[in-house]
Amino acid sequence: MAEKLLEVKNVTKIFRIGSILRGKRLVAVDDVSFDIDAAEPVILSVVGESGCGKSTLCRMILRIHRPEMGDILLSGRSIFSKEYDPTQFRLDVQPIFQNPYESFSSRKAVDTYLYNTAMRLGIAKGRREAEEIMDESLKSVGLSLGVVKGKYTAQFSGGELQRVSIARALITRPKLIVADEPVSAVDASVKMNIVNLFKELKDKYRVSFIYVTHDLSTAYYISDYIATLYRGCLIEYGPAREVMDSPAHPYTEMLVNAVPRVGVKWDEEMVMPDTEEKEYSITHCKFAPRCPYATEECRAKRPELRSIGGLRKVMCFHPLVSSRTADVG
Amino acid sequence: MKKFWKNANFRLKAGIAITAFFVFLGFVVYYIPHVDPFTYNTYRGKLPPSLKHPLGTTSMGQDVFWLLIEAIHNSLLIGFIVATIGTVVGVFVGLLSGFSGGFVDRVLMVITDTFVVVPSLPILVLMTSLMKGSTTIILMALVLGVFAWAWPSRQIRSLALSLKERDFIHTAWFSGEGTIQVVVTEILPYALTWSLSNFMNATLAAIASESSLAVLGLSPANLISLGNMIQWARERNAIFTGQWFWIGPPIVATVLLFIGLFLLITGYNDYLSMKRGR
Amino acid sequence: MLKVENLSTSYRTIDGDVRVLNNINFQIHENEIFGIAGESGCGKTTLLKVLYDIIDFPLQIDSGRVVLTVKENGTSVSYETGKIRDVWWKHISYVPQAAQSVLNPITRLRNQFLDSIPEEYRKNETKEQTLERVAHYLEELSLSPDLLDAYPFQLSGGMRQRAIIALATFMSPSIVLADEPTTALDVVVQRGILMMLMRLQKKLKNTLVLVSHDIGVHYQITTRMGIMYSGSLAELGKTADIFRNPLHPYTKLLIEALPRIGDKSPRAGIPGRPPALTNPPAGCRFAPRCPYATDTCRVHAPVFREVQPGRFVACHLVQEEAS
Repeated sequence: MAEKLLEVKNVTKIFRIGSILRGKRLVAVDDVSFDIDAAEPVILSVVGESGCGKSTLCRMILRIHRPEMGDILLSGRSIFSKEYDPTQFRLDVQPIFQNPYESFSSRKAVDTYLYNTAMRLGIAKGRREAEEIMDESLKSVGLSLGVVKGKYTAQFSGGELQRVSIARALITRPKLIVADEPVSAVDASVKMNIVNLFKELKDKYRVSFIYVTHDLSTAYYISDYIATLYRGCLIEYGPAREVMDSPAHPYTEMLVNAVPRVGVKWDEEMVMPDTEEKEYSITHCKFAPRCPYATEECRAKRPELRSIGGLRKVMCFHPLVSSRTADVG
Repeated sequence: MKKFWKNANFRLKAGIAITAFFVFLGFVVYYIPHVDPFTYNTYRGKLPPSLKHPLGTTSMGQDVFWLLIEAIHNSLLIGFIVATIGTVVGVFVGLLSGFSGGFVDRVLMVITDTFVVVPSLPILVLMTSLMKGSTTIILMALVLGVFAWAWPSRQIRSLALSLKERDFIHTAWFSGEGTIQVVVTEILPYALTWSLSNFMNATLAAIASESSLAVLGLSPANLISLGNMIQWARERNAIFTGQWFWIGPPIVATVLLFIGLFLLITGYNDYLSMKRGR
Repeated sequence: MLKVENLSTSYRTIDGDVRVLNNINFQIHENEIFGIAGESGCGKTTLLKVLYDIIDFPLQIDSGRVVLTVKENGTSVSYETGKIRDVWWKHISYVPQAAQSVLNPITRLRNQFLDSIPEEYRKNETKEQTLERVAHYLEELSLSPDLLDAYPFQLSGGMRQRAIIALATFMSPSIVLADEPTTALDVVVQRGILMMLMRLQKKLKNTLVLVSHDIGVHYQITTRMGIMYSGSLAELGKTADIFRNPLHPYTKLLIEALPRIGDKSPRAGIPGRPPALTNPPAGCRFAPRCPYATDTCRVHAPVFREVQPGRFVACHLVQEEAS
């Protein structure tokens, strides 16, 4: 078995917005690299504000977009090369999208998608076998084929439909499930049911998750690792709880403080700097205009992603956690 | 069915009623055996309405009533055939173009845009004059159909483009569906509601096109249609000779048919809006 | 200051009338931040619309009313549902959901401000004078007056939202209604906007009614809150009291379901789902999901009643304990 399940290498995605004559370049994902080991299933959270590129990154891993630069390797083989095998890819990687009602056509019975997944990717050889597999998958998310068969999206609640989505993804026993904000559109009382489900499935089926979210509380709860993105750059990476208990990058610190937490009242006097300048300049640290700790160096040069001990990496000239304390903590 | 009738608004009901009435005239009454109404001098000319000739006879000795029935039949038939061509070809080209993208899309759009931009009337005039005054219904429908598919195909292409990016298309792909299956099972159902609306519009437009050509004197002379009936009556000065029963019925029928179709189209759209809760 | 009396509303649909709000009774006081919490389908957006007196087809009021009482020139004046819309912008203003798309995309902000300020408020002022006042006001809110020259598309979502809040509060209304003002904005911007709303309320000493599904937001900035479930109020009281000691089972489970940063202890969501409004269960609507439900709960719907001073709950078990 390959050493690494997923390797994202220096991936950059550039969108053109506007017309051919006067369009602008939008660097959605800027030279991002990270990887996921194959040995143990992990849940990697990718967090950041809206527009930071986390969805685009997701979609590149799912081969919906192609990067302008860089490469993505699945089990050691590039998914954008000529040797790419679409069937094997779909067996290995499956998506879960944010809006469960958009994940299925409202005009088709939802179980036809599960049926197709079982039949067309070569997992089942006949209708009976396919239905058994569908039922098993649905039971592992707390539903069953009897409950789901013949129904359309409008007949389910958001939480139930999201679980059907998960069941469909599980049919191929994928190695990696890429979930793009899977609980954002789901009610608070049901959110935890689904988040707990991810944890269970990771252990039961040995499947890794990439969990894209802006909700740091759930990220804290289930992730093994966390990656923070800011304006397309990977600015912090490390074991989830370590990073959120003591963030190294000022932006991660700002994110953690901005979450409306029950039990810890906000300091009313604290001013949250968020002048929103639209700059995609590459000459200085992207976060410098908003950073309370920024120095001249930060406004002049761009920092690199450096290791600060253990598995933690940070893209900052003055990380809040130094290498020494990171080792100890 | 009952639920539909309860919820259909007045316009829709009125539209269905009127259109159904004309369909009845054109496809049920039409098949009652009768003498070919086109032949000249079957009867004495210029007879006023009577029991034998409910709408009298024309200057050429034709029975107006049966002429009218046949005209309604032909006009409706042309309308339906053109609408079918327009919708089927339009949807096919639009879906293929929108979903495939790239080179295929560009080529198809150049062809489509040509038909959208070129003014149809002069071309139709040219084509009908090539027919030299005699044609069949099918041929006339095909000629009108030449322009009926271009605009629908552009609209369906927009629909396909917007649908292409939606998550359920990705889910379909990750469920192992191939391109054709995705187009047919995922995208086509969205196109169908629109297609029905477009079909009704196209019928109306085709009948209007043919009638306009006829009143300009450009519809082939052997084709009995509502437009042509009006034209012939006008040519023979029916107004001056006081033969209101000859020129009147086709005008009234045309107006009523158009109103009926219009009510049907707008009523259907209102009904759909209400169903979707707006 | 804002009183809701026996309010019931429904939506007219193709399948008949769907009851969306059931016999709602409560009061909102002066100088407070009142939160309305609840999940999808509970009716909170409908409630806010009725408070603001936007009652368009297919929404209809089956019974009850809303009464707004304000001070005009020293005396108390009351406006009822139907008349409240006469004092829009003056005494009561509204920040709708997804407010970012509420601004006219092809007009500069300064024109939109001018358009929305009613004549009587400008009293022979020239446009420049009004705009100067607006610019002053923006500065007080820590916003740059340059905002006025911009088109909406030139501003980010957060800035647009702030512009709308400025617009809605410029005439110092007695009550501001905000419907999920920070949905679709990320946490950092959200905090900025919520802080802005808090400071505004402190300054104007008026009332802010905030609708949000995010309980954390309620904890942070509201003083009193009401929790809705399936068309009725489940619990209402001081925010601090509710979080310290939630009485209604739904409130309890909801608060317990929240994961917290720094806390790894296992949490569980509430099983099942809210009932369909077209076919609600008899008795207490939360009973099917409630771990404490008894047979009484399944047959008789509980009444929303005061069980402690200032604390209202709609639950048989809580009411029994209290008496």
